[in-house]
Amino acid sequence: MPVTTYIDAIKDGIWEEMEKDNRVFILGEDVGQYGGAFKVTKGMLDRFGPKRVIDTPISESAIVGAAIGAALVGMRPVAEMQFIDFISCGFDQIVNFAAKCRYRWGAGVPIVVRGPCGGGVHGGPFHSQNVESYFFNVPGLKIVCPSTAYDAKGLIKAAIRDPDPVLYFEHKYLYRRIKEDLPTEDFVVPIGKAALRRAGEDISIITYGAMVYKALEAAEELAKEGCEVEVLDLRSILPLDEEAILATAKKTSKVIVLHEATLTGGPGGEVVARIAEKAFEFLDGPIVRIAPPDTPVPYSPTLEEAFLPQTRDIVAAARKLAAY
Amino acid sequence: MADRQTLSAHKARFAHVPDDKTKLEMLHYMKLVREIEDRIERKLYRQGRIVGGVYVGRGQEAISVGTAIHMLQDDVVAPSHRDMGVFLMRGISPRRIIAQYMGRSTGLTRGRDGNMHMGDMNHNVIAFVSHLGDNVPVAAGVALAFVQRGQKNVALCYNGEGATSRGDWHEGLNFAAVHKLPVVFFINNNAYAYSTPLELQMAIPDVAMRAPGYGMPGEIVDGNDIVAVYDSAKRAIDLARSGGGPSLVEYKTFRMTGHSAHDDAGYVPPELFEEWKLKDPIVRFEKELVAEGVLTTARIDEMQRECEKIIDDAVEWGEQQPFPAAEEVTRDVYYEG
Repeated sequence: MPVTTYIDAIKDGIWEEMEKDNRVFILGEDVGQYGGAFKVTKGMLDRFGPKRVIDTPISESAIVGAAIGAALVGMRPVAEMQFIDFISCGFDQIVNFAAKCRYRWGAGVPIVVRGPCGGGVHGGPFHSQNVESYFFNVPGLKIVCPSTAYDAKGLIKAAIRDPDPVLYFEHKYLYRRIKEDLPTEDFVVPIGKAALRRAGEDISIITYGAMVYKALEAAEELAKEGCEVEVLDLRSILPLDEEAILATAKKTSKVIVLHEATLTGGPGGEVVARIAEKAFEFLDGPIVRIAPPDTPVPYSPTLEEAFLPQTRDIVAAARKLAAY
Repeated sequence: MADRQTLSAHKARFAHVPDDKTKLEMLHYMKLVREIEDRIERKLYRQGRIVGGVYVGRGQEAISVGTAIHMLQDDVVAPSHRDMGVFLMRGISPRRIIAQYMGRSTGLTRGRDGNMHMGDMNHNVIAFVSHLGDNVPVAAGVALAFVQRGQKNVALCYNGEGATSRGDWHEGLNFAAVHKLPVVFFINNNAYAYSTPLELQMAIPDVAMRAPGYGMPGEIVDGNDIVAVYDSAKRAIDLARSGGGPSLVEYKTFRMTGHSAHDDAGYVPPELFEEWKLKDPIVRFEKELVAEGVLTTARIDEMQRECEKIIDDAVEWGEQQPFPAAEEVTRDVYYEG
């Protein structure tokens, strides 16, 4: 079992699907010769040729639109947004064309739109965003946010094989920091299924993406104080794994919802609402949200650190909730 | 003599002249488009039998018919909202089109969307969205797939001049040109985008002027002369099909209605309607065909009655169709197997 980084897991997942299925192809800015800004597509041009690894103009709307057109006639495009922040330029094609085709006229649009999201690398307001909230209110889309190398590979494969449009948000902070032994045989991670990262009795932290690691760090610290924290990694934001969410809420009766997307209108609000609607009588305290403040993502290290939820913030919130 | 003169004039002007059979087929479809849209807009809509808005292409019938006539089975088309001829020529039945406008479960979108927002990949027709120009990158993507698979097919993409102000239109043309994709961009320049006249839409007189900026051929054609439309479309499609890349063909025409059935077009100077009425593409083609001896006026009347019969049947069928069941509202957002 070779050790694979999170970024190589994404690359390997795409690569294997391209080997197996000649309908799968890549398009995006600088994905060919250059191999992508973060090298996710490195070597693919040499292996698969210019018909399947397509360098495009700086035209996110055309990238997504062309992916849609190719998908409508049977292809399986994987469109790269160089930074996921730029997905806003392709927003209309995603929400009005891709997301609505099946419902309107029965035409499936099996595209993947993927790209690096997230902060912690001093990328500033336009290279650090978490954009899932923009798309969370769009029926017809699926959204996944892997946190481990295993999930990165398993979810990109699931996304490519999925008959509907999938937004795949990979966290750039995890690219080379996270690695693990991956099975050599083919596997997928089903979309819509959360994963329990740590079992505990006292408090649940429901989270996803890079925040999974902050939650696990906080859990370690809290364990020293005798507070056993359960960490649920959603993995998919659309659809939410409601069963897993309700199960952990009912088990611990105290819930923290944590994400790196900004607070207001973030996916956490929906998680909270589902628990309040369907597991209210199991709760022993208010549901707590931890998320960045409602500001753009700042650049300077001091500001960015203050912006991103830190382990100490989670520990403090958990202590308060435990004492409630 | 008159017939020979017309024919030889066509041959002198155009590389591709339709044969008589094709001419009659095109006339039939133009008349069928006029009939179904007149019925929808002037009768059914006013009687409250259409559930939503209505947008027609009256006066522009030559464009959709004279271009789509060249499509091969596996070619794919992304029409816009004044291209009814495309749907009919792709074999989509008037019955299903009427059911679509009436919001019935047997319409092309099963009641999920209305009017021209319809498509069916079984007929290789991509459904239009209201966000103008969105179909341009999508058509380019279809053409990309053709290249990837080594298919000798083309994608055809239709818009009005107003859509060419949108970013997607420009991104799509540029993408298609850079990758030399087999797609043809047809523009019906009908002088108005809703109430906005051409001079407030762009600072150039012709959309085709934009083509050289993308490195593709651009051509300006009389969109009310179906023989000219036929010829220009054939050349552009042949070029795309043979690997010569995309083209932009601009058809000058006029919207002989408001933007939609609820718009009286009071902002259009009446003399423009008078002027363009004389250029009606159907009347004009009929006169030519009579002069050429291809058709008699009696036969024209007969063709008209045939079209009316087809639409009578479609309306009768449409009204018998059920509305979708309310429980279906949450179905098919995602693949259901």
